[in-house]
Amino acid sequence: MEFNKELDARGLNCPLPILRTKKTLNEMASGEILRVVATDPGSVKDFAAFAKQTGNELLSSSESGGEFTFYIKKK
Amino acid sequence: MEQKKLAIIATKGTLDWAYPPFILASTAAALGYETQVFFTFYGLQLLKKDVSDLKVSPLGNPGMPMKMPFGPKWFRDINWNIPNAIQAIVPGFESLATALMKQTIKNNGVATIPELRSLCQEAEVKFIACQMTVELFGFSHDDFIPGIEYGGAATFFEFAGESDICLFI
Repeated sequence: MEFNKELDARGLNCPLPILRTKKTLNEMASGEILRVVATDPGSVKDFAAFAKQTGNELLSSSESGGEFTFYIKKK
Repeated sequence: MEQKKLAIIATKGTLDWAYPPFILASTAAALGYETQVFFTFYGLQLLKKDVSDLKVSPLGNPGMPMKMPFGPKWFRDINWNIPNAIQAIVPGFESLATALMKQTIKNNGVATIPELRSLCQEAEVKFIACQMTVELFGFSHDDFIPGIEYGGAATFFEFAGESDICLFI
């Protein structure tokens, strides 16, 4: 999937991946896509909850080798 | 949709209890909540310019695991059950436990308190210090970080009365 910006949140724990994501989205334009890579297993539910509450769309959420990748489209 | 509101009262002044108010406030702000934290009694410690002296105490705290943040895995997995009576008479026990906790926090990629606190301020979380306890404990406004307001119980209720979530920590 194509994306406009990438955020490396590996090694960070709750709530830092969400806070950094929010900060990065603030610098992006509406409709742009952010790719986030995290290692916090709690982030799977957290990113779904973040998207639901902020209206930014979670396009995909996947796991591979202990890393979680999220694609988020800015509202 | 109208903006949701979160009101928190922070009353504890130890390193472990510094986390819940700042984690919840910063996350709520990221989710679009208008957020206020009212710091009173020992919670005022969390607003001091220098929070490096915040401590965590395992004394009388049976819920706190005492594990070493270094060494081989088998060693790190040991939970050191040290009796209260011994903790109480060993000088510097609290400082040792705090140093070990800080290392564990670092090892786990958990944010520091100054970091979470400034993330809150960047996200426009409003901090209010209880003026009555500032005076009661002999603090001055110079002891605290800039950008905070001072007020009393009525100030808290003005916002809390309209909040969607209200927490006492």
